Amino acid sequence: MAGWSSIKGNELVESMGMREIASTLRPGAYYFSGNEGVAEGAIAAGCRYYAGYPITPSSEIMEHISVRFHEVGGVFMQMEDEIASICSVIGAVWAGAKAMTATSGPGFSLMQEAIGYAAFTETPLVVVDIQRAGPSSGQATRVGSGDLMQAKWGSHGDYQVIALCPWSVQEMYDQTAAAFNLAEQFRVPVFLMGEETVGHLRERIEVGATLTIYDRIKQPGAAPFGTEGDDCVPSMPSFGEGERLLVTGSSHNEFGIRKTDDPVAQANLVKRINKKILENREEIIQTEFYYLDDAEAVIVSYGFTARGSLFAVNQLREEGKRVGLLRLKTIWPFADRICQEVGSRAKAIFVPEMNSGQISGEIRKYVTCDVVAYSQTDGEVIHPNRIIEKVRSLL
Amino acid sequence: MARDLEAYLRPEVTSTPFCPGCGHGILMNLILRAIDELKLNMEEMLFVSGIGCAAWIPSPHFNADTLHTLHGRAIAFATGAKMFNPKLNVMVISGDGDLASIGGNHLIHGARRNTDLTVLCANNMIYGMTGGQVASTSPVGSFTSTTVEGNIYRPFDLCKLVLAAGALYVARYAVTQPRLLIDAIKKALGIKGFAFIEVLSPCPTQFGRRNQYDTPAEMLKRLKEVCVLEEDAKMLPSEELGERIITGEFTGGGA
Repeated sequence: MAGWSSIKGNELVESMGMREIASTLRPGAYYFSGNEGVAEGAIAAGCRYYAGYPITPSSEIMEHISVRFHEVGGVFMQMEDEIASICSVIGAVWAGAKAMTATSGPGFSLMQEAIGYAAFTETPLVVVDIQRAGPSSGQATRVGSGDLMQAKWGSHGDYQVIALCPWSVQEMYDQTAAAFNLAEQFRVPVFLMGEETVGHLRERIEVGATLTIYDRIKQPGAAPFGTEGDDCVPSMPSFGEGERLLVTGSSHNEFGIRKTDDPVAQANLVKRINKKILENREEIIQTEFYYLDDAEAVIVSYGFTARGSLFAVNQLREEGKRVGLLRLKTIWPFADRICQEVGSRAKAIFVPEMNSGQISGEIRKYVTCDVVAYSQTDGEVIHPNRIIEKVRSLL
Repeated sequence: MARDLEAYLRPEVTSTPFCPGCGHGILMNLILRAIDELKLNMEEMLFVSGIGCAAWIPSPHFNADTLHTLHGRAIAFATGAKMFNPKLNVMVISGDGDLASIGGNHLIHGARRNTDLTVLCANNMIYGMTGGQVASTSPVGSFTSTTVEGNIYRPFDLCKLVLAAGALYVARYAVTQPRLLIDAIKKALGIKGFAFIEVLSPCPTQFGRRNQYDTPAEMLKRLKEVCVLEEDAKMLPSEELGERIITGEFTGGGA
């Protein structure tokens, strides 16, 4: 993999706030569903407030947390709807909690206004979307990955989020924990964009003895909505600490004072909440490379579909085909530089997706080579043979 | 506002945004007076509000933690903060459109759960901030910017609604009943559970000018006349009760 390390950016930079803690579970092997993995990953990362509303195919996350919070001492609330769920999560975060909600498409749609509020007030929280076949009620028990652009653009106005795409139960656990760290480090909503298949998949995972968590940085008296720091992320105080906080979803200055007609305050705030994610994206984005060095055709894949893509690549390599795989573990912010680099070396990029080409369109913004989209929106996973056939026809 | 309450206000805030004659300034005073009489520590208080004129009563004026949230969702935000940190003394202050219309579901579920919140609903019977549209609390026949021939729908009785949903303490007073209102707020703050006060607060700018109240003073005078205490209402013949608003405490079983 020589030549690729320079743009990997896969290691979380050690910084203030990081520390090692013992895992909540005893270290060793577990046989979990993806949804159970999410619940355990959240608990391991220090999540102690959860609010949710039942929705297929994510409900097992809520059920598992409701049981486990009794054991680890967290606050579980089943709310009256998804709007109340995410709003109460935001309230709990400002009261000092690491907090989360989980849902699926229809609930994710209801949460969008509050997601914008969280982005604008720089409230760290985690939303898990176990995607099902949409639009609307669609097929509640079937799979899709049609919510990726919604994750990016779902709320009104200009803002940034972080979104991760797990491909295994291990990653449901690991990335949920990572999502809490990213949320705290950048004071931003972080989405875990799972899919029905990985939510309900059962497989073996390994839980280590320790994990790294990110503690909220507190600087008493500092401006909670502005910073002189290079990373553009202000410190995060909580209610009840005597800070007399002003938190508002209206445009505000660095102390939270409402500024509803000041063009400078508006421009500064919008600019900073975008900049803090985009300018730190090399640190945030995680990818995996398989056989890229000599690949003529590259599959760019994410989520559950990447499992089939890897199978296809291995099969095609056995046939002597020069095919590689770029797996996007982080979907937002987008891995623009890596795609650009891949696109400059490959003849063609193939993008299999369980949506109508949401990410293939994104890749086209950054590459000049052919981008071939393969969309499947029938509520089924994409069979590896389909990927093999399509890629073969490209070579 | 009287100078003796200045310590409860943020030093950097020097004026209120309310129109002349608005009842919300009076309500702001009465809330702080209740807090002052109870000698509550503002560092332990969290004021949560939604969107609308009444949501600006605590934010940014009160010198405490304030959470100015989304339209309708104040009780949901407050629930998360209170449930995670029960030491916070959480008061929700918002308007009728915010709490009872777009946020109506959170209001009844907050009451059902009996979450330990004090909820003050400043009811001006209209959407003030957006230009005087009809509300779910506007009286039948009232003129608004969206009912130019008079409102045809019945208003909510907010106290009955919240009481039926299970609140421990429910009261209704107008800003023209300041002493009774202060005492009710003090009582509500002492309730361990969901406490709700509907505060009638006149909006001369949007409601008054469309409904034959020529001056703010006239609107206040009319509000004084129309409000009748529950115990006095029992003495009134039913034909005199029609237009009157019954005020008082309508406590549930648990208070």
